Amino acid sequence: MPLLSRWMVKFALAYLALGFTLGGLLLANKGVPIHPLLWRLLPAHQEFLINGWMVHLALGVAFWILPRFAQEPKRGNTQLAWIGWVLLNLGIWGISLSPYLPGWAWMPILGRLFQAGGGLVFALYAWPRVKPSGS
Amino acid sequence: MPILTRWYVKTSLLYLVLSLLIGLLNTIQPITGLSVPAVFPVYLHLLTIGWLTLLIFGVVFWMFPKYSREQPRRSEKLGWVVYVTVNLGLVLRAASEPLNSLQPGGLWGWMLALSAGLLWIAGIMFVINTWGRVKER
Repeated sequence: MPLLSRWMVKFALAYLALGFTLGGLLLANKGVPIHPLLWRLLPAHQEFLINGWMVHLALGVAFWILPRFAQEPKRGNTQLAWIGWVLLNLGIWGISLSPYLPGWAWMPILGRLFQAGGGLVFALYAWPRVKPSGS
Repeated sequence: MPILTRWYVKTSLLYLVLSLLIGLLNTIQPITGLSVPAVFPVYLHLLTIGWLTLLIFGVVFWMFPKYSREQPRRSEKLGWVVYVTVNLGLVLRAASEPLNSLQPGGLWGWMLALSAGLLWIAGIMFVINTWGRVKER
């Protein structure tokens, strides 16, 4: 498993642990009310499990197993993939932290922009690797 | 495909069918008049945990780099603990969330909290069992 995949998959696992922890608190709070402010964790729970866990894992595995090029660099322009990964993470944290920064109304928009940019950059990176193996 | 993966993948397929059926029943509720409270979060979690996450868990257990020659899939026992706790948690949640909506704060509230604990244990155990397998080869 290449370095970027290892980073992405370990981040995915960390997001899974965080997302399940927040989800557990939210669910327990539904059954046995602990504190109403816990509902502010909902955007972070959603972000950590959708973009943090599932999207991260899919990108990490794609970087690992998509067909490589016959010549160096075998995995293409990996800088693009790294940039996509950083943008995706900036977006996840921007959206997750936004409920705690009431004066920063633009934060969720910026977070979504980062995520969309990250997705676009990674798609541009991965596009040429979707090809017959060995070519 | 190892036996544990087959259990994960087949169970995930059952959740796929079940969650989509619940989604259908929820959508045609104005026609049937069958109203179940809190059915949307149940549908969402049966789909995202029951179908997607269980499928991922099973495939990761099967395909990720081997942990060691002696323990290629790290702890198979822990893999089964994850399987049992995630399913118990999910089924308990699916039953207790609508019932808790009807009678908040009673026994079903505690069952919901118990399901939260089971799901959390499953997630953390999966991470522990998988972390060491994320490596170069």
